[in-house]
Amino acid sequence: MSTRRVVITGMGVLSPLGIGVHDNWRRVCAGESGIGAITRFDASAYPTRIAGEVRDFDATRWIAKKEQRQMDLFIQYAVAAAAMAVEDAGLQAAPPADPERYGVFVGAGLGGITTLEATMLSLQEKGPRHGISPYFVPAIIVNLAAGQISIRHGCKGPNLSHVSACSTGAHSIGEAFRTIAHDDADVMIAGGTESTVTPLGIGGFCSSRALSGRNDAPTKASRPFSASRDGFVLSEGCGILVLEELGHARARGARILGEIVGYGLTGDAYHITMPPPTGEGAQRCMRMALRDGKLQPEQIGYINAHGTSTGADAIETQAIRAVFGAHADRLAVSSTKSMHGHLLGAAGGLEAAISILALRDGILPPTINLDDPDPACDLDYVPHVARHVQVEYAMSNSFGFGGTNACLVFRKAEN
Amino acid sequence: MSIDRATIERDVTAIICEQLDVKTEDVSAGKSFNDDLGADSLAIVELVLALEEKFDLKIPDDEVDTIKTVGDAINYIAEKKKH
Repeated sequence: MSTRRVVITGMGVLSPLGIGVHDNWRRVCAGESGIGAITRFDASAYPTRIAGEVRDFDATRWIAKKEQRQMDLFIQYAVAAAAMAVEDAGLQAAPPADPERYGVFVGAGLGGITTLEATMLSLQEKGPRHGISPYFVPAIIVNLAAGQISIRHGCKGPNLSHVSACSTGAHSIGEAFRTIAHDDADVMIAGGTESTVTPLGIGGFCSSRALSGRNDAPTKASRPFSASRDGFVLSEGCGILVLEELGHARARGARILGEIVGYGLTGDAYHITMPPPTGEGAQRCMRMALRDGKLQPEQIGYINAHGTSTGADAIETQAIRAVFGAHADRLAVSSTKSMHGHLLGAAGGLEAAISILALRDGILPPTINLDDPDPACDLDYVPHVARHVQVEYAMSNSFGFGGTNACLVFRKAEN
Repeated sequence: MSIDRATIERDVTAIICEQLDVKTEDVSAGKSFNDDLGADSLAIVELVLALEEKFDLKIPDDEVDTIKTVGDAINYIAEKKKH
């Protein structure tokens, strides 16, 4: 089979750092935090009262008022980010001339938990006839993110929503890459979306003791690789890419932002929430992505780490050392979750976009709040400030509950 | 409790505008929910539930199928509220 190369021609993101690629990238390069006090609900009774909320989201920019009732917030974010990505790619004319060659892979970790919670309350108050909207099911199910996007942009090709917790966004992009390489589509809108800053979302992760309790210093709370890290900061948002077969992109004169060259996916077969102590599943995942891209470890210049600001940061560090050997001391690794927090199912989408921008602009984003490095975390994490370095290949890691790992490798666009 | 027809017309129109995101001037007795006002089957269910809440009545599913236009809805409610 001839190799079909896959490039990125558009990106759309929403995160606590802002709406759109421009604001997100500017603030990531500036080392700013988007974390703050929870405003969505009264969190005063919860041990964690901080989160990364998307601010100033005006859904009516993308979605008519009556249609907003048909979509949980995670779907609204996906529709908005997809519209931004499609416009960014110069594909705004819908439907496409060859709609069966356009597909959508957009997943979420949890789905419509905001609507689920509100509906359970209205059910108790008003009973089953008036307490449950006829739109309840299509508003909450995960695959309606991909469904809504396909309807809006006329994409009649492959349509799936992968669900793999915090690896969702990366898996979606990796699977889209393969779908194009396999000649099942020419253009894929792919990524992850999430909106779980709710009583159950925050409360659930509080109960599993996963969240930072640094309520008095929200911008300092996400501190990957530091000795004083005390859990991740739950965030929300969406990251969506337009992936396109290289010849298809060139034929329409599209601007090419970067290329995706490698994808790995593995399972830990170990524990429901913890990685194995050696990170062997992550190691195999990174190796698979390198092999997929026909790359040597020494060719990677930057890794956007999973780095959640939990104990697992040391395990990821160990896994990187195992895969990269002596080169581990020469490559740059950063966790941009230090700034935008952990977007769960959307994390891989946003972080893929950041990795591509790092290659495009030759700017490696920092790990902020790394004031007191953990001795067990001893790589070059680009502490505090962004670094101007031209890099050819970047890797983005995502690891999820259930022991599900995804690793993507991007290459700087050829000029 | 009986309500006068003008009140019913006004309240039904307001609910239709709210639920279907249409303008008051686009709502008249002859307008079909599906063909003229852009309501799919789920939107009609939602509209019926809103009317039930507003007028404190229950519209059985088989009778919902007879309500196709704005006028049908007004007539149905006026009939139910006559007694």
